[in-house]
Amino acid sequence: MPDTTLSALAAQLAGKQISSRELAQQYLDRIAALNSSINAFITVDAEKTLAEAAAADALIAAGNAGPLTGVPIAHKDIFCTDGWLTTCGSKMLHNFVAPYDAHVIQRFKAAGMPSLGKTNMDEFAMGSSNETSHFGPVKNPWNPAYVPGGSSGGAAACVAARMAPAATGTDTGGSIRQPAALCGITGLKPTYGLVSRYGMIAFASSLDQAGPMAPSAEDCALLLNVMTGFDPKDSTSLEREKEDYARNLDQPLTGLRVGLPREFFAEGLNNEVAAAVETAVAELKKLGATTVEISLTNSKLAIPVYYVLAPAEASSNLSRFDGVRYGYRAPDYASLDDMYCKTRAQGFGAEVKRRILIGAYVLSHGYYDAYYLQAQKIRRLIADDFNEAFKVCDVILGPTAPGTAFKLGEKSDDPVEMYLNDLYTIPANLAGLPGMSLPCGLDSKGLPIGLQLVGNYFSEAKMLNVAHQYQRATDWHARAPEGLK
Amino acid sequence: MRQALSPDDVKRIARLARIETSDAEAQATQAQLNTIFDLIATMQAVDTRGIAPMAHAQEVYQRLRDDAVTETDRHAAFQAIAPAVENGLYLVPKVIE
Repeated sequence: MPDTTLSALAAQLAGKQISSRELAQQYLDRIAALNSSINAFITVDAEKTLAEAAAADALIAAGNAGPLTGVPIAHKDIFCTDGWLTTCGSKMLHNFVAPYDAHVIQRFKAAGMPSLGKTNMDEFAMGSSNETSHFGPVKNPWNPAYVPGGSSGGAAACVAARMAPAATGTDTGGSIRQPAALCGITGLKPTYGLVSRYGMIAFASSLDQAGPMAPSAEDCALLLNVMTGFDPKDSTSLEREKEDYARNLDQPLTGLRVGLPREFFAEGLNNEVAAAVETAVAELKKLGATTVEISLTNSKLAIPVYYVLAPAEASSNLSRFDGVRYGYRAPDYASLDDMYCKTRAQGFGAEVKRRILIGAYVLSHGYYDAYYLQAQKIRRLIADDFNEAFKVCDVILGPTAPGTAFKLGEKSDDPVEMYLNDLYTIPANLAGLPGMSLPCGLDSKGLPIGLQLVGNYFSEAKMLNVAHQYQRATDWHARAPEGLK
Repeated sequence: MRQALSPDDVKRIARLARIETSDAEAQATQAQLNTIFDLIATMQAVDTRGIAPMAHAQEVYQRLRDDAVTETDRHAAFQAIAPAVENGLYLVPKVIE
């Protein structure tokens, strides 16, 4: 499978050099060849994919094609997809065929983009290694002994392995950016509220946000154009003018002020990651940017705050899984209450249960003020730090994760060690700011290194401009794992 | 310093969350939860007097929609995926004797 950008694929489709069916079949063949070793997909349905591709071909033939019509895409298994198994990586939903489409799915269908299938993920998006999935861990295409990151691990791995030209992901504490970094692709978490959460199985509703994952920033801009937009069915969806996120891609970076938070380059950061990020900063300076040191003083509290707020919201959101209306129900029980307790004990995995328990505890009588309210107050301090920083810089830059991919099983027995992976990504979720990760190097083991950009609210076009200019000057985003070619 | 959770505390919380938990599971979970709560406890030292809690990233208000029927009847489709239904009703164990 040659490396091809979404715009190049769209041009080939528009020029009738290839049909959407042929293109989809090429990716399906590659999925068939690689998925048994990578485990990036939970569900593949070639018949459905090819039917959608045929419909896209009809749109193209009739002259009704949009910018990406006929380009296939893989969807994270967190998005309800009408008629498709939608598991959220959990035994609880192992048999759940969604009866409707998430807004994000509706958007991609309306754009004429066939679905290549549903990608593997940490159970209910809770995890940073994809090892909590009921359907087994995803392997990192750069080295199958290593994790792909999570929770959108299947999405990142399928794009890295060129099993799909693009994928959707969701990001509550880093679940788009961290796997993008560990798999060497580009991923963007938009400003909270830009992409509808309707039909996206809820984890922590005040933090969850869907976004695009693809090889390049230009690809992400085109996908963001499809995904964003007001949806009356999501009460937190923002009513804004539709914008073209690709409009600024070609602007020079002259005069760009890049903020470097000293807390993101402190103890705990792997040396090779630090060196690669510093080289990227030097590259941006060559392109006309200047740097300014900034401080995000309270960002060190992001992990404790997150592990109060996200579980609190999760314990409430996941109360809907009771074995009554859909999904798993325990086979034996003595009463209604017993049915709930057994269904939830058997249907949820260990990490999901841990987080539900944390959430139930911090919201319980006598602990609410000390935990939940205190966390919400510090959340504001963290957001205020960003507001101050954006007075002196246009974009904030740092590493996406403290290290590169780690080995399967290496951190799965130590929740706190696993949580520390999201040290640099969580602050943007708490503030509701857009963040993205792009590849900026390989470490001595040949594993990808991710660079993170955090922008001010609604500055996605600016961030994509910075990333695109960096990607014009470098070729990290164009590298793919050698062994799979 | 925070008081560590006991296995009984874990069982009480699991009961609130409607998750059946054996004594052995409560024992194992207790150790992990205590490590996590030690991490969480680092935020207790921050002086947050006078800081307004932030529940949400955007200042949003609840929109109102017109009081009109917008959904079609999808009763059959929704019940088709339920574990147990009869005569259009969801079946659960008897709760009233």
